[in-house]
Formats: sequence, C-alpha cells, structure tokens
Amino acid sequence: MTKMAETDLLGAVNLALGRALQDDETTIVLGEDVGVNGGVFRATDGLQEKFGSARVLDTPLAECAIAGIAVGAATQGFRPVAEIQFAGFIYPVIDQVLNHASRLRTRTRGRLSCPMVLRAPYGGGVHAPEHHSESPEALFAHIPGLRVVIPSSPQRAYGLLLAAIRNPDPVVFLEPKRLYHALREDVTDDGKELPLDQPVYLRQGRDITLVTWGASTLEVLRAAEQLEAEGISTEVIDVATLSPLNDEPICASVEKTGRCIVVHEAARTGGFGAEIVARIADRSLTSLLAPVRRVTGYDTVIPLPRLEVKYMPGTRQIVDTAQEVMALS
Amino acid sequence: MNSKSNNAEPDDGARPADKAMNHVARFDIFCRRYIEPEGNVVAELPEVTSDVDLLKRLYRQMVLTRVFDQKAIALQRTGRLGTYPSVLGQEAIGTGVASAMRDDDVLLPSFREHGAQLQRGVSIRELLLYWGGDERGSDFSGPRNDFPVCIPVGSHFPHAAGAALAIKLRGSDNVAVVIAGDGATSKGEFYEALNIAGVWQLPLLVVIANNQWAISVSRKEQTRARTLAQKAIAAGIPGEQVDGNDAVAVFTATMEALEAIRAGRGPHLIEALTYRLGDHTTADNASRYRDDEEVSLHWHEDPVSRLRDYLTAQNHWTKEDEQTLLEECRGQVDSEAEAYLAIPVQPVSAMFDHLFAVLPEPLKLQREYAMEAGKDDQNGGN
Ligand SMILES: Cc1ncc(C[n+]2csc(CCOP(=O)(O)OP(=O)(O)O)c2C)c(N)n1
Ligand SMILES: [Mg+2]
Repeated sequence: MTKMAETDLLGAVNLALGRALQDDETTIVLGEDVGVNGGVFRATDGLQEKFGSARVLDTPLAECAIAGIAVGAATQGFRPVAEIQFAGFIYPVIDQVLNHASRLRTRTRGRLSCPMVLRAPYGGGVHAPEHHSESPEALFAHIPGLRVVIPSSPQRAYGLLLAAIRNPDPVVFLEPKRLYHALREDVTDDGKELPLDQPVYLRQGRDITLVTWGASTLEVLRAAEQLEAEGISTEVIDVATLSPLNDEPICASVEKTGRCIVVHEAARTGGFGAEIVARIADRSLTSLLAPVRRVTGYDTVIPLPRLEVKYMPGTRQIVDTAQEVMALS
Repeated sequence: MNSKSNNAEPDDGARPADKAMNHVARFDIFCRRYIEPEGNVVAELPEVTSDVDLLKRLYRQMVLTRVFDQKAIALQRTGRLGTYPSVLGQEAIGTGVASAMRDDDVLLPSFREHGAQLQRGVSIRELLLYWGGDERGSDFSGPRNDFPVCIPVGSHFPHAAGAALAIKLRGSDNVAVVIAGDGATSKGEFYEALNIAGVWQLPLLVVIANNQWAISVSRKEQTRARTLAQKAIAAGIPGEQVDGNDAVAVFTATMEALEAIRAGRGPHLIEALTYRLGDHTTADNASRYRDDEEVSLHWHEDPVSRLRDYLTAQNHWTKEDEQTLLEECRGQVDSEAEAYLAIPVQPVSAMFDHLFAVLPEPLKLQREYAMEAGKDDQNGGN
C-alpha cells in the first residue's frame, strides 16, 4: 500500500514507525507515554491503537531500563525502537549504549547483535524547559559500533528511520524537534528506505561548502540564499549520518570550492564539527583556499528560553563568516 | 483520600505449606489521616492542631500556592511564561512538608513543588522568573543551600543522600528533604539513594508525592507494588503512607519523621497520596489519556477546601476571612507577577559568567564574540 501525503517531520516519523510495525512483526516500539498518549510530541500517535499494547509499550519511568530492555530484546530477534522522551534524559542510557548495544557484536564475534533504534527529540530553539534543549550528537558519534543518524526533512526522516530500524546494528536516531513542524512536504509511504552513511547535497554551488545537519539546515539554507544574492555560490551538505562518517562527498565538495564552514548547534569544543574539519585537513588540505571555519553553539550550558536565542547559531553569523572566508582568498 | 483505592491490587502469594519454608519477615504499611473530605475528623487530632494559628498558616499557604498556580497558568497561556507544571490539588504536600522543616534543613524539590519552595521563602517573582526561562530564578533568596528544582526525574535522590552525608559528617542535626513523584520511584537513582541512605543511616527524608500519574502513565502501570512506601522497606528504611490531601496529616507525619531523623534514627520515607487535578504541564492534554470523570471524583478530595471546611466547622474561619485572604493572595501574586515581567533579560555575557568560578582565559574570546553577535537580532535561530 503506497500512500502519498503532505506531512511534517513528526508526521513522517509516525509514518515510518507505522510502516515498520506493519511490515515486520518483530518490530516493537517502547518508551514513556508512547501508548495511549502517542508520545509527548505525538510521534507514536495511533500506533498502540493499531498495533496493540503488546507491540507498542508504555514503560515505567526508567530510561536505563528502556535502553537495556531494547538491548535484551534485540539480541533475541526483535527490533526494538525505543523512545527517550527528550535527549536531555538520554545520558544515563550511554552506559547501555556504549558498554552493551554497540559492543555485543564485537564481544561475541557476531553471535549476538543489537538491531535496535534509540529515538530522541533533541536540540534547542523551541523555548523548552531546562534540560530539554541539548544537542548530544557528538557524545554518541564518539562510540564505536554505533550509528548516529539525524534527519532534516520529512522525506529523509521517513527513509532514514526505516533504514535505521531495518539496520542490523544499533542506531541512535536524533530528531531535531525544532523541525518537527517547521516544514511540510509530500512523503510517500512506500516503505523505501534511504541509504545510511550518505551525506545529502541540499544545494550545489562553487565558492564555499556549508556542512551541517539537523535543524541548523534551516539557517544554513537561508544563509545560502542571502549569499547567492551577494554573488557567493554555496554548496550545502546535510551530513545526515554522522557516524560512521562518509567524508567522501564532503571532501569532494571542498576540493571543488576550496572553502568550508561547518555549522552546528551543539557546543563548539569537541563538537562533531571538529571531526569534519579533521577529515578535511586529512584529505583535502591542499585544496583549501582559506581556513575552515565553524559556526556553532558556545562552550556554555544552553541557556533557558529568555537567552536561548542568543546561543543558537544564526543566519547572520553564517553569512558573516562566509564573507570573511571569501575575503581571505 | 481512601488509601485502598489508590494502591495497586493485592499481590500476596499464597502461604506455603512446605515445612522447609520458614517465616522470616513480615512488614506493614500504615496510612495516616486525620481529616477527611468535608472537614470531618476521623481520628484524634495530634497535639499540633491545638495551635489554630498554625492551621491557619497551613491554610493560607495552600491558598497562596493555588492562586500562584492559577496566575502562572494564565501567564503561560498569554505567552509570558514557559511550559509550566501545575501543582493543583497537591498543595497540602508542599505546604505540609516545608512547614515542618527548619530553615537549616535542605530541600531538594522536584519541578512541581512550587508550594514547598514558596513556603521555604523562594519568592513568587523568583518562581516565575525560573519558569519564564531565566536562570536567576534558581538563585533565589530562600534558604541558600536548597537545591533548584530537579527536571531529570529522580536524579536528585542521590543528591539528597549526598547532602545528608554532608550533614552527618558535620555532626549537625538538620535534615535533607527530597520530594519527587510516583514516577520517580521507578528510576534506578531512587533505589540506589535509598539503599545507601539506609546503609549509612543518613539524615534523609524522602517524600513521594504520589499524584497517581506520571504524564500519561498511571500509578498501576508504573509499578506492581501495592504501595510506594514499601519500597523503603526493601532498603531497611521505615516507609509510611499519609493522606497527602490532609495538610494536618502531612505536616504531622513530616514533623515526626524529622524528629526521629534528628534524633539519629536514620532515613525515612513518606508516600503522600494525592491526585494531579490538572494537566501534566501546560504542554499536556490529559483528556487524551484519562477520564474527566476520574478527575471530577478527585475534586472531592481537594486539600484546600478540606482544611477550610474543618476550620469553618471549628468556628475558626468565616466567609469574610476567606474573602480577605483571597484578596491578599491575589494582590501579592499580581504585584509579584508585575515585578517579574519588568525584569529585563540578562545580557549575553551571563551565559559565560557562571560557568566557572573564574572564567578561564580561553573562553574570554568566545564571550566577546557572543556579546558582539548577540547585538544582532538576525542571530539566534533565525
Ligand atoms: C529522566 C526523565 N525522564 C523523562 C522526563 C519527562 N517527564 C517529565 S515529568 C514526567 C513524569 C513524572 O512523573 P512523576 O514522577 O509521577 O511526577 P509528576 O509529574 O506526577 O509530578 C516525565 C516522564 C524527565 N523530566 N526526566
Ligand atoms: Mg506523578
């Protein structure tokens, strides 16, 4: 059954979850409030009604247990898709992910594996309460044996989430909640997955490569348009799968443009931008016409809503930085 | 509140006939209640109730909490406050617990315990400032050793045990008091903290505000245990239930527990039975997962009218008193709200200025850049 419907990123997540539950009876969904309530954002809306409370499970309030149960069930032939209600509450779960989910295959030389997905809404800019705005992608990208995937459009959310669920290994799937309702597009519910490990060109250009992921794609695309009007042509890449990072398309683009800026919301130091800059230094240094720059969140705690807007990297900063970079060569 | 209706079904196993099975231990959980709905006295009132002024103070404080709560919701609905968790229906817990505490005790509140914070001396404007999205709301003028509210559910239980350890090491007789919800008792930190507090006999009081819901997950879906109080028993700590809508019971249970703890008898847990009459937060719509009928039934248990009914029946409270009190509370809350709204946003530099005791040199450049970039309205998620 193929349906096309206009929907937002949240709706696309819901479609992908429904499709996965429909297509594969080993798929289960679990998390706090995912059942009758349909998740606090409604990502799982209607799923328990349709697939029953044996496959769409409301859990007690216990993140470590949610992740650990996903590990256990995954080793026994299920495909758990566990929701952590907000990325700010995912930190205790790192133990389960780092010590177990990402290592069981290695530890048992392939005898046991963990085909599980941990979904979590992440990121700032929506005036959420304390601990509800963090961007922890770099913490997970540092874990060997784990995939870290971040969608930035409804169609990509659908295809990437399906791919994550069907993937034989654990995936942390971070959903930029600022994009949940930001854009709508036609999403075809055809069960087709998108390739993991494949950055996406959002825009082709010749002067400068802008690399980003998640909600920052909004500001980057806006900056690209402003720069275009000033005669600066940008290539925009959405990394999509941060880990394992396929740097080929990024380096190919930088070799073409000779310039690069990485944009992310998370704090700068040790942020995933640093990895991208390192890859460029490794592979494409001699093609560079100017230093590679980062526009990121500050090395501070993300502020509560009243100051939050001043923390988030903005269009103006990207444009300014691009102009500086252009002026250097 | 009828404690029976609020506990999960009995799960006692059958008594084994096998002679190899020797009885080892048995535990009981009691639920305390003095005043039932409509203000009727159901048990001999404790000493403290002879102090009518104290009862009136408890009542005033609950009313103030409720008026504050209504204001906070109104501010949120008009875009002047962030997401806010209402404490409607649970006022007796914060008021009762905090009123029994000493200033030098340490409170570690969950995000819903505005009532306890108010009683502790956190100002209304500070509460609004926090929920309005400004960290200065946690730099409150109330007891300076109290914790800010805990948002990651249950993660503050160990902090409370740590604060209690500090008290014990120092040899003083104050107590760390942590308040959290029913949902929080499912977290590992809850058991870990209780266990350590038991082993080390720490001066710790754990109060569980069991409002029957953790967002959409009901008390019965949260745990198969008949009571949450019995979870303390597993750690070798006394656990009891109290009717959390009976302010006198909450106050008395807390007072007695604190006295025992101060006397060196180790940690204690009180499960206060109540009901969340409102949505989980202003971002929630509880009608998606619970019946309005259930909610209306629980209005009958309302802690505020219960104490008022009692005071009225004892001829300690009149309609005029009520009118005066409401006007006072509204006046206070309104003027505090005005004051909150007039507080300007902090400068961008504030993000940096409290990261470390002294801002490390390498961050100074970033701070300058942030201040410069912050001047531009096009920056910041635009
Ligand atoms: C560790 C963690 N997980 C999830 C959440 C999201 N959340 C906020 S409150 C809440 C329910 C808490 O229930 P309970 O402990 O009973 O407290 P109540 O809200 O009823 O006061 C949840 C799941 C959170 N804040 N922290
Ligand atoms: Mg609760």
